[in-house]
Amino acid sequence: MVRATKKQASLKKVSKKHSRRSVPRRVVLLVGTRKGAWILHGDAQRKAWRVDGPHFLGQTVHHMVLDPRDGRTIVAAVKAGHLGPTIYRSTNVGRTWKEAAQPPAFARAPEGEQGRTVDHTFWLTPCHANEPKAWYAGTSPQGLFRSEDGGNTWRPFSVINDDAQYRGWMGSPQDGTPDGPKLHSIIIDPREPLHLYFAMSGGGVHETWDGGKTFAPLVKGMDVVQGFDVNDVTMHDPHCVRMCPSNPDRLYQQNHCGIYRLDRPDTEWVRIGNKMPKMVGDIGFPMVVHPRDAHSAWVFPMDGRTVWPRTSPDGKPAVYGTDDGGKKWQRLDNGLPANQAWWTVKRQAMSADAGDPVGLYLGTTSGEVWATRNAGKRWACVARHLPEIYCVEAAEID
Amino acid sequence: MKVLIPSPLLSYTRNREVTAEGATLRELLADLDKRFPGIRFRVIDEQDRMRAHMRFFVNEVQVFDIDHGLRGTDTVCLIQALSGG
Repeated sequence: MVRATKKQASLKKVSKKHSRRSVPRRVVLLVGTRKGAWILHGDAQRKAWRVDGPHFLGQTVHHMVLDPRDGRTIVAAVKAGHLGPTIYRSTNVGRTWKEAAQPPAFARAPEGEQGRTVDHTFWLTPCHANEPKAWYAGTSPQGLFRSEDGGNTWRPFSVINDDAQYRGWMGSPQDGTPDGPKLHSIIIDPREPLHLYFAMSGGGVHETWDGGKTFAPLVKGMDVVQGFDVNDVTMHDPHCVRMCPSNPDRLYQQNHCGIYRLDRPDTEWVRIGNKMPKMVGDIGFPMVVHPRDAHSAWVFPMDGRTVWPRTSPDGKPAVYGTDDGGKKWQRLDNGLPANQAWWTVKRQAMSADAGDPVGLYLGTTSGEVWATRNAGKRWACVARHLPEIYCVEAAEID
Repeated sequence: MKVLIPSPLLSYTRNREVTAEGATLRELLADLDKRFPGIRFRVIDEQDRMRAHMRFFVNEVQVFDIDHGLRGTDTVCLIQALSGG
């Protein structure tokens, strides 16, 4: 069994350099879809958007992330429908792309054993600011990978990919999401690069204090589907976990079974989704946190009743926001369709910028991008007729 | 020997027909990857299995073994079995 070393030392509050970000220089939205990627360039007011694309037309882009350490490198996880998965990199905000020399791939299995194959890279996270070329990737089926050279070559990272205990917790393909079980929400503590979290759908939330040499589950307090054992890590299905930039001791989580908050060094998640309206519930995929206020976060609920339609509840899409850590939630649907809108938002398809007031962005399964320049008070559609959207990442460039 | 490339892989080769060498399909794919870096991983996975929708034909006969023997006069055709929407 893989076990994390315990570390009780309290970490210093994040520095002002990390917690205070300036008004956005210029916001770009990196939009990955089932059939290509687009980059939306915002004007200074975040009102008008220039559409650049398609990139990788016809290929699925599960995630596309701009490196905040240099403000110009984009790494994209790409898979053509019938070809093997790959990674593309751009060092000029998407003007040109270069394919990775060695995309994430599992280790060769010993003779006579059945090895695993990466179907697609699902999640990308730039490493700590002190590791300027390093990236992490999460894959489907679940695997954790790291690049030391800006995403050009990738190697299995840590012991979990081949650890018997972790392989057990990952479950079988039947335990994962319909298009394959995912490793996602790779989070680096800005105060301590050896302190990481990741999550698996399914397979729980996990933490390391030693840079990935050992990991341990962090699932206490999280619910599982009724009838299953809450102590079985395999049964836990976190959909999206986020760390607050202004307080890295605070994590929020949207789970298959509710919305949660965890304030470290506590190890027990608190279900804050119980305060959501009962008719809406607290099921969904994305979780977004405020860049400067750890009490503020947003979710996009979906219909998790009966057969799990995974649409907006009653066809009335709405973001819900909290400004007190989840004690109460406010419906934020001004400008969104009032009814008969049956789309939803996937886990990487909602994000926030660093503006003041903060801008929020969401991409729908029906190919629309919606934006608000005032933390959800008023939404406007800024792009439509795109393919099904898999990710929307807001980033700043010069 | 002559190798025919399907359209999804033209971003690597630029040409529908290329040449590569090898005494087996495995060696041929290694040579193709030297000439067109990255192409092998798109059609063969990390466990040396042919990817689900890739088909390999030698002289119009489908082969399933990556160690299938080849001769210099053979024509190898990579086919992508497109499906879905």
